[in-house]
Amino acid sequence: MANNNEIRYLNPPTVEVRKKKYCRFKKAGIKYVDYKDPEFLKKFLNEQGKILPRRITGTSLKFQRKVAQAVKRARSLALLPYVTDLLK
Amino acid sequence: MIKQYETVFIATPVLSDIQMKEAVAKYTKLITDNGGEIVYEEDWGLKQLAYPIQHKTSGFYYLIEFKADPQFVGTLETQYHRDERILRYLTVSLDKNAVAYAEHRRQTRAAKAAAAAAPKAEEAPAAEAEAEVNAE
Repeated sequence: MANNNEIRYLNPPTVEVRKKKYCRFKKAGIKYVDYKDPEFLKKFLNEQGKILPRRITGTSLKFQRKVAQAVKRARSLALLPYVTDLLK
Repeated sequence: MIKQYETVFIATPVLSDIQMKEAVAKYTKLITDNGGEIVYEEDWGLKQLAYPIQHKTSGFYYLIEFKADPQFVGTLETQYHRDERILRYLTVSLDKNAVAYAEHRRQTRAAKAAAAAAPKAEEAPAAEAEAEVNAE
């Protein structure tokens, strides 16, 4: 018996490594969120066309406000729907 | 005081090309007559609306970027409001980041348009040359 204190696993213990979320605007250096580009704004919407929360997208507060503003402008111009199903 | 603005309007799809041009001319004239300056214009053409407006499912989109006095925006919007041809309009003021973005967008679009036009121009003489070879 060499060392009894040492714990040995049959399978290597799985450690969950969570990928850190980041703000894509800060990372890419985007300063203005364009309301004229609905395809880009769709990344921040769920399938019903609702704006996704920050806790999911990882957007910083500053840009979440701008995204929300841009989405609302796009909606009023009928570039994005207010309510829908199966947006994606 | 002069600020930079950007306005998008949606005109009814029943307009003919000439009527659409008239509508555009009316608003560009309105801007320039009131001491404004047109920076950029862009025709998005007939686009499908995301939801029906006044029982219409498509509309002509037109974007105008201009510099004007803030008091002028009110007059522009009243004109839009009184115009039966206009389904929707949106006027936003551009801050410095937005101006930079608009500039960049313009340049990339111009470059894309040039790139799209260039190969066609190249293809055409090439096709002609081939035709000549075939003729010989």
